[in-house]
Amino acid sequence: MTTWLLPLPLILPFATAVLAFLFRRNREGRWISVFGSGATLIAGLILFREVWMNGPIAAQMGEWPAPFGITLVADTLSAVMVVITGITGLAVSIYAVTDVTDEMEELGYHAIFQVLIAGVTGAFLTGDLFNLYVWFEVMLISSFGMLILGGKRVQLDAGIKYVTLNLISTILFLSGIGLLYGTTGTLNLADLSRVVPTVDDGLITIIAMMFMVGFGVKAAVFPLFFWLPASYHTPSFAVSAVFAGLLTKVGVYAMVRMFTLVFTQDVAFTHTILLWVACATMVTGVLGAAAQTDFRRILSFHIVSQIGYMILGLALMTPLAIVGAVFYLVHHIIVKANLFLVAGVANRIAGGTELGRIGSLYKGAPLLAFLFLVPAFSLAGFPPLSGFWAKYVLVKASMDIEMWLVAGIALAVGLMTIYSMTKIWGQAFWKPHPSGIVPKLTDMPSHERAPLMIPIIALAAMTVLIGLFPQPFVAIAERAAAELLDPTVYVTTVLGEIAEEAADQ
Amino acid sequence: MEVFVAIMVGALVTASVYLMLARSVLRFLFGLVLLSNAANLLIFAAGGLTPEAPPLVAEGAYAPPEGVANALPQALVLTAIVIGFGLFAFALVLIYRGYQNLGTLDSEQMRLAEPPESDPQPSTPQMSPMAELSK
Repeated sequence: MTTWLLPLPLILPFATAVLAFLFRRNREGRWISVFGSGATLIAGLILFREVWMNGPIAAQMGEWPAPFGITLVADTLSAVMVVITGITGLAVSIYAVTDVTDEMEELGYHAIFQVLIAGVTGAFLTGDLFNLYVWFEVMLISSFGMLILGGKRVQLDAGIKYVTLNLISTILFLSGIGLLYGTTGTLNLADLSRVVPTVDDGLITIIAMMFMVGFGVKAAVFPLFFWLPASYHTPSFAVSAVFAGLLTKVGVYAMVRMFTLVFTQDVAFTHTILLWVACATMVTGVLGAAAQTDFRRILSFHIVSQIGYMILGLALMTPLAIVGAVFYLVHHIIVKANLFLVAGVANRIAGGTELGRIGSLYKGAPLLAFLFLVPAFSLAGFPPLSGFWAKYVLVKASMDIEMWLVAGIALAVGLMTIYSMTKIWGQAFWKPHPSGIVPKLTDMPSHERAPLMIPIIALAAMTVLIGLFPQPFVAIAERAAAELLDPTVYVTTVLGEIAEEAADQ
Repeated sequence: MEVFVAIMVGALVTASVYLMLARSVLRFLFGLVLLSNAANLLIFAAGGLTPEAPPLVAEGAYAPPEGVANALPQALVLTAIVIGFGLFAFALVLIYRGYQNLGTLDSEQMRLAEPPESDPQPSTPQMSPMAELSK
């Protein structure tokens, strides 16, 4: 029974993709996408419940025992990420009902979107390094498709940069896999976790650096983030939201997984690099945001800045810091996707995202203004919203090990974040609209308004909920962090009988 | 034998880096193709090269004899080649469409998504592709 729980969140989006593609010329296509996303979320929740009640579970695909076959494995972190992917997928697929044009639907938007969700989920669930590469490619090729769907010139321009830079990172990742296999003779993550410490070789650290750069490009850390602000503001808003929420976080997840499970042989070297990369990412991201004058481009730079916090948690490598990183990961996906969704509504009613050319949103659409403030304040770390707890845990973790400078940077970057948010607030919401109109939500017909507003309200409610009742979420993050720092459970879950047999012999 | 493949990988990477440093996006793409082939050869060599020993299981036996070639890297390389083929086909079409619509292959001139400071209006009509070509 439990072996079916693991592939289910993968099978459902693929099945939905096929159906959505068949019905792409009809209106049913979009509703198939919504229902498929809902089913994927439910499958994710069932998986999470099982993992939470009974500990990590693993399934060997095709009955080939690990480490020879492909393993799917879900520990607390994977399960949480699958649930959060489901939530984002559902929110964005509802939003897409209005936001995605008929032309894009006919080109197969919903099918590509579902394949993207499947790729992201697969990356979270796989227990095999080469399989992770394959899921990355599934995710990447569908993100390429979504990015340029519509074929505006600005999208082509962004697409070329996005595609080429991501391909380099993919090749680095692939080379790392090849070298790691050459040194250790296995690609199963649990098996690698056993074998790598026995290989006393500087080559492992070099391979670790190849993975760090490869995943660093995906996660958009300093100095590898340039593809992100060049591309995220060009596709349709539903696409931006799912990219902003999920894609970079897969890179962060892969980095967290590899640098807690496999590459822990030279923490003093690798994690010190990660620490300064994290600080530089936070600072450059937020400075980039301060220099922008476009709604979505400010938000794009904020993604970079926020990735720094997650990497910071990984770099500090204390139990509390990993709790912070996991909490941050979850909180950030919800908040960031929501901000892009808000930007989409603002664009629709005020007629643009260039801050100089919109305004009066507070006067005309106070509800939207409020729904912008919730994720914006959460991102900057205001109590009692989710971002406050995420930042609090990370700053506390860095103070606990007397990293005063790092804690100071983290706090200062929060302040800078609110500065650039104020810019959006002042320009888009307070300032009178340059053409004198007062944009209202009711300008949109109600059948268009509902699919746009429901996901925004739901995600904002989740932000407030996590902020007001952080305890259960911190408990989940604590359990995930404990499993990450002590991979014994993960390894025995995957290798199970083999590990025992080896002990018997 | 591994040494020769290693040198070949090195040569491919060198050539690809040279190509990727060019401004022309098409050269960059050719560089990427070379780099991806270098990565494939690297996996192939990392698995160990054992000539003239196919991994065949004799009839009635459960495992191949000792010292046969490792089949796994070959399977990985095949997968990587197929995936790489798809990605590069996409990238080539994208660059071609980019050339048709943006009228340039020079990455320095691709500033539509990130217009320079002096041009804060992204909707300013850019030079038309034809004008760009005839220049």
